[in-house]
Amino acid sequence: MKSRPVQLLIALVMAGALAGLLALFALALALLGDPGDAVTPLTAGRLALALLALLTLVTMLGVSLVWLERKQLGRMQGRVGPTRVGPFGLLQPIADAIKLVTKEDVSPGASSKAIFYAAPILVFVPSFVVWLTIPLSRDLVVRNLDLGVFFFIAVSVLGIVGLILAGWSSNSKYAILGGFRSAAQLVSYEIPLILGALSVVMLAGSMRFTDVVDAQASVPYIALAPLAFAVFFIAGLAEVGRTPFDIYFAESEVVGGPFVEYSGAHWAVFFLAEYVNTFVVAALGALLFLGGWTWPFGDLGQAAAVALFLGKTYLLAVVIFWVRATFPRLRIDQLMMVGWKALIPLGFVSVIAVAVQRFYEWPVWTLTLMSLAALGAAVAVQLRAQRSGAVATAKRYAQRAVAVEPSRRRERTQA
Amino acid sequence: MTLQLLHFQLLSAALFCIGLYGVLARRSAVLVLMSIELMLNAVNVYVVAVAAFRGFESSTGQVIAVFVITIAAAEVGLALAIVMRLFRSRGTVNMDEIDVMRG
Amino acid sequence: MLLFFAAAAVTLFAAFGVVTSRNIVHAALFLLAAMGAVAGVFVLLYAEFLALVQLLIYGGAVIIVILFALMLTRASEHLGESDTRRRPFAALAAAALFGVMAAAFVADSAWFNSTTRVSVPFRTLAEDLFVVWAVPFEIASLVLLVALVGAVVIGRAGREEDETFPETGEPDGDEPARTPRSRRGERRRRGA
Repeated sequence: MKSRPVQLLIALVMAGALAGLLALFALALALLGDPGDAVTPLTAGRLALALLALLTLVTMLGVSLVWLERKQLGRMQGRVGPTRVGPFGLLQPIADAIKLVTKEDVSPGASSKAIFYAAPILVFVPSFVVWLTIPLSRDLVVRNLDLGVFFFIAVSVLGIVGLILAGWSSNSKYAILGGFRSAAQLVSYEIPLILGALSVVMLAGSMRFTDVVDAQASVPYIALAPLAFAVFFIAGLAEVGRTPFDIYFAESEVVGGPFVEYSGAHWAVFFLAEYVNTFVVAALGALLFLGGWTWPFGDLGQAAAVALFLGKTYLLAVVIFWVRATFPRLRIDQLMMVGWKALIPLGFVSVIAVAVQRFYEWPVWTLTLMSLAALGAAVAVQLRAQRSGAVATAKRYAQRAVAVEPSRRRERTQA
Repeated sequence: MTLQLLHFQLLSAALFCIGLYGVLARRSAVLVLMSIELMLNAVNVYVVAVAAFRGFESSTGQVIAVFVITIAAAEVGLALAIVMRLFRSRGTVNMDEIDVMRG
Repeated sequence: MLLFFAAAAVTLFAAFGVVTSRNIVHAALFLLAAMGAVAGVFVLLYAEFLALVQLLIYGGAVIIVILFALMLTRASEHLGESDTRRRPFAALAAAALFGVMAAAFVADSAWFNSTTRVSVPFRTLAEDLFVVWAVPFEIASLVLLVALVGAVVIGRAGREEDETFPETGEPDGDEPARTPRSRRGERRRRGA
C-alpha cells in the first residue's frame, strides 16, 4: 500500500500524461485544417484553450449523466434515487468522485505494472478526443473536420485495445475472460455502427457534422431512415457497454470483467469513460438522426440552438437509461448472434436502401417505406423464431419427460 | 528547414530496416509478424509521400496504400490463425524449433 | 517542421521498441504506438482519410488480433530466451540496407527537391477508388473473404480432434455418453 503523497503523485503523473497526450493530439489536429495554415503559437494556444474548455464541459456533462441515470433508474424501479447529497441528490456524482479518488490504490501482482496503469488512459482518451469534432451548434466546434463521422469511428476503436490490456494485465482469470468478451463484443458491433452512420453520410453527402445537421433542416433523418437509426442506436448501446449488452463488466457475470482489479482513481477513470461514451453515442444519435440543433420552424439563436441540441442528447440518454431499466441482460452468445445475424444484415439493408433511393432518385418517403418494411420484416422473423423456439423447446421437454422415466410415470399414474 | 521528399524517404527506409532486423533477429512467430507489419507501414509511408510531392494531384499513392493496408490486415488474420494452429500442435511458437514439417 | 520530427522520432522509437522488447505484450503496444505515429505522418502528407483508415484498421483490428494471438499462445511465457547469436548479423544486414537506400535517396534529392505537398480532395480519392481502381477493389474484397474463411477453417480444424463434447440434445438412452474424457484430460495436462 502506498502512502497518500505517493498516491497523489501517481494521480498527478497520470493527469499530466493525459494532458500531454491530449495536447499532442490538439497540436496534431492543428494541421488538419487548411494546408495553408501555419502552426503559430497563437493558434496552438487557442486550440489548447478550446480543448481545455471542452474537457471541463464534457466532464461536467458526463457527471450529470451519472446523476440522471441513478434518479431515472430509481424512479423506474419504484424507488427514489439519491436524495441525501445536495438538493435532489445533485451532488451525488461529486460524492462518488471524492470517494473513488480517496480510495486506496491497490495494484495486484499485475503481470506488467506499466500496462496496468496505462490501460485506463488508453480507454479514456478516445472518448474525449471525439469531442474535438462534435459541434454543439453551428459555430461551436473545436475543429470541424471534413471527415468528422469517420474520425469518431476510427478513434472509438482505439478504446477496445485499452480494455483488452486492462483485462490481461490484471492477471486474473475473470479479468482476462471479461477482456476477451468485451473485445469480441465491441469489435462485432463496430460494423453495424459504421453501417448506420454510413447510411446517414450517404443521405447527407458529406462526413462533416455541420453538413449532416444542415441537411436535416426540414426533415430529421430518423423519419427518413428509421432502420439506420435502429441499427445505429442498438450498435451504439453495445459499443458503450450498456444493458442489455453489459455482460462483460456486470458484477453478477464476470465479477466486474476487465475492471475487477482496478480500485479507486483508476476505476473512476473507467467509470467516467463509460459515461462520456454514453454521452457521445447520445450526442451522435442526436446529430445524425434527430437533426442536431435545427428546428423545422425557422432558425434560432446560438444559445437556443445549443439548448436544443443538448435537449435532444439528453432525450436519447433518457431512452438509453430507460432501456437499461427495462430489458434483461443478453448472454454472450445471444449478444453475438444479435450482432452478426440481425444487426449486420439490417445494416446492409439500410445502406442498400439508401443507395437505391439515391441512385434512382426516388422521393425520400420511399426510403421511409423501405426502412419500415425491413424493420417490420426483421421483427416478424424474430417473433416467429421466438414462438417456434418456445414451442419446440416445450415439445422437447415433454418428450424427454416421457422418454427418460417411463417406468416412474406409469407408477405415478397407477398409484 | 522545409520538408522534402527526402525526409519521408529516409523515415520509410529506416522503418523498413528496423522491420527487417525484427524479422531476422526475433524468434517468436508473432514478433516476426509484427515486424512484417512495420515493413508494410514503411512502404505505405513511401508511396503516400511520393504521391504527395509529385506537384499535381495524384491519388494513386493513397489508393495503393489503402490496398496495402487491406491486404496486410487479411494476411495478419490468416497468419495468426496458422500460428495458433502451430502452437496447438507443437506447443511453441519459437521459429527455431519449428523447422521440421511433421505432425 | 517540428511535427514531422516528433512523429518520425516516435515512429522510430516505437519500431525499435517492437524489435528489441523483452516482453512481447510491450512489443505489441509499441507496435500500436508506431501505427499511431505513422498515421500522424500521413496527416502531415495531407492524407487524412488514409490516416484515419490506418488508425481504424491497424489500431483497431490488427493490434487486437495480435493481442488475442499473444494471449492464446501464451507467448509471454516463452519469450526471454536470448537470441544474441543472430543479432549482430541481422543488425549488419539492416544497417547495410539502410545505408544503400539512404545513399540512393540522398543522391536523388539533388534534383528532386520540391517542397510542396499536394493534397487530394476526398471526393477525387473516392471516385478513383471506385471507378479507376474498381477491379483491384473487388479483388481485395475477395482476398479478405478468402482470408476470413481460411482463418476460420484453419483455426477450427485443430479443435475437432481433441475436444469432443457430448451431444447436448435429448439423451437417447441407446448410446452411452462416450466422451473420451481420458484423452481430453491427458491433452490438457500435456499442453498446460
